[in-house]
Amino acid sequence: MFTKQTTNPLVIASKSFSSRLFTGTGKFGSAQLMADALLASGTELVTVALKRIDAFNRQDDLLAHLAHPRFNLLPNTSGVRTAKEAVFAAQMAREALETNWLKLEIHPDPKYLLPDPIETLKAAEELVKLGFVVLPYIHADPVLCKRLEEVGVAAVMPLGAPIGTNKGLKTVDFLEIIIEQSRVPVVVDAGLGAPSHAAAAMEMGADAVLVNTAIAVSDDPVRMATAFKLAVDAGRLAYEARLARPSVVAHASSPFTAFLDEL
Amino acid sequence: MSTHTWFDTYDWDTVQRAIYTTTARQVERALSNSRRTLDDFQALISPAAQAYLEPMAQLSHQLTQKRFGKTIQLYAPLYLSNECQNICTYCAFSLDNRISRRTLTDEEILREATAVKELGYDHILLVTGEANQTVGVPYLKNAIRLLQPHFAHISMEVQPLDQPEYEELIAEGLNTVLVYQETYHRETYRNHHPKGKKSNFLYRLDTPDRLGKAGIHKMGLGALLGLEDWRTDSFFTAAHLHYLERMYWETRYSISFPRLRPIDLLQNDTITSKSFERCMTDRDLVQLICAYRLLNEEVELSLSTRETPRFRDHVLKLGITSLSAGSKTNPGGYTVEPQSLEQFAISDERSPAQMVDVIRRQGYEPVWKDWDKTLTGV
Repeated sequence: MFTKQTTNPLVIASKSFSSRLFTGTGKFGSAQLMADALLASGTELVTVALKRIDAFNRQDDLLAHLAHPRFNLLPNTSGVRTAKEAVFAAQMAREALETNWLKLEIHPDPKYLLPDPIETLKAAEELVKLGFVVLPYIHADPVLCKRLEEVGVAAVMPLGAPIGTNKGLKTVDFLEIIIEQSRVPVVVDAGLGAPSHAAAAMEMGADAVLVNTAIAVSDDPVRMATAFKLAVDAGRLAYEARLARPSVVAHASSPFTAFLDEL
Repeated sequence: MSTHTWFDTYDWDTVQRAIYTTTARQVERALSNSRRTLDDFQALISPAAQAYLEPMAQLSHQLTQKRFGKTIQLYAPLYLSNECQNICTYCAFSLDNRISRRTLTDEEILREATAVKELGYDHILLVTGEANQTVGVPYLKNAIRLLQPHFAHISMEVQPLDQPEYEELIAEGLNTVLVYQETYHRETYRNHHPKGKKSNFLYRLDTPDRLGKAGIHKMGLGALLGLEDWRTDSFFTAAHLHYLERMYWETRYSISFPRLRPIDLLQNDTITSKSFERCMTDRDLVQLICAYRLLNEEVELSLSTRETPRFRDHVLKLGITSLSAGSKTNPGGYTVEPQSLEQFAISDERSPAQMVDVIRRQGYEPVWKDWDKTLTGV
């Protein structure tokens, strides 16, 4: 039973999340500040770059700070350039971190970190067969999302804008199509620079958002994390309450259809 | 398109004249553009831009934080050998410097590696002189094979190699190669490199292309600041980067700022210190760091222990993304033979632990590990 203030839970691969704000773990001024901000955000799914951690070492500074019962780890493959490298890294992550969840990131372009659709689809198909819960980071490409859905990914993570740019929902027209068509949860990832961007994504019907830079690089990550939490909740509540949209119905007169009444 | 095509596009004197005749208006336009071009970079490294240093620094700080967060990566050089067949007028390892030569054995490499590892490092930069008989590809391959199990990230700064040789070393786990052109001025280059394989200007100029074709993950560029007019040399470095980013779009790039440092020369059993005309002031170097960041938000910018503690502490937040600390620039310098002759005198002698304190006090997180071998399937 949910009160009027709570949103419906999100379910991905049979796992239920009460927070629809997923977070990244990079760029924070310290590991402690990261942990404090993530707790304030209410997040239950945090992505962590394999390249940044010593995955087999429980004393690893970043991992130690993420050892909280509320945080589920979502290892990501940032740094790989091909499907083959991604599958190899995923297997290492599963073994070391004891989770079969994976944020599949293949961006051979290290400058803008834009995802490679071809390699991502290839890797997703193979990883699903290997038993992974795959959440691929991709362009806001509706056809690619359907193809990924067909090979069995657990959710899709289209970008709002290039990673780390804080530009907001630059891909809004394509995100709307993806949300309309998708049979798996849609997580808007990358580029969300302000709580208002996150709220807008949720109002559109995105199932969740993933935020990192905007929280980590702000002057006060804990307060900013709280702001994003409130924005995500507000956006989702508005969506569930069926947000009134600007009316497209003409009210004044009906010059083209009035003749029908005269018949 | 080969390297020479981009290089031949620019004429040294024309570029230099353009830099030195830049107007305040051009600088202001460069500052107000949201996506900047090489023309803008040219304006930002000009004498006219010195009046805009504070706004440049503020912008550079913001852009760097947006991309790299509040983090500084740490790495340490590991000198494997000081043998060298080249004569370079600015280097203590130069063939004509009568110093005792040493190349580390397997056992010594591992002892040095253990010492570096104990300092906290997971990213190591292997350095040698150019001596193909002793420290050629087989030696480097063996060294990488020895060190690969102990470090997450292996970089290398050695003589330029051929593409198949790079491919061989990448397969062993080599991630990054630094190769500095020293200067893009051909005449000056010839004067400072009179003897040895290094005297071949064009072979060195083409090295980043061979690295790109070999599929290297990251390469580092730079000019030895102080050999020539730093402004013009830096423009050429930026133009080189611009060309490489378009050609080899799957490679990451970093820029270093080696300013010439005093070196010790051994003649008739006496050590004399050779210093160089100070061609670049601290103010100049801050300007250059910020100009690179304003040109390119994604390029990594690296600063070594050549710079003083005070300078390093202040520029840490202005655009730099990686630092070395506690560096030894002599083979065996960490533990095997600490007294051997260094390649150049370092200015910041603080330990990595002290540097970590400095970084943390500024609200930044020191990052020891930013790569994992499993990402390339090694």
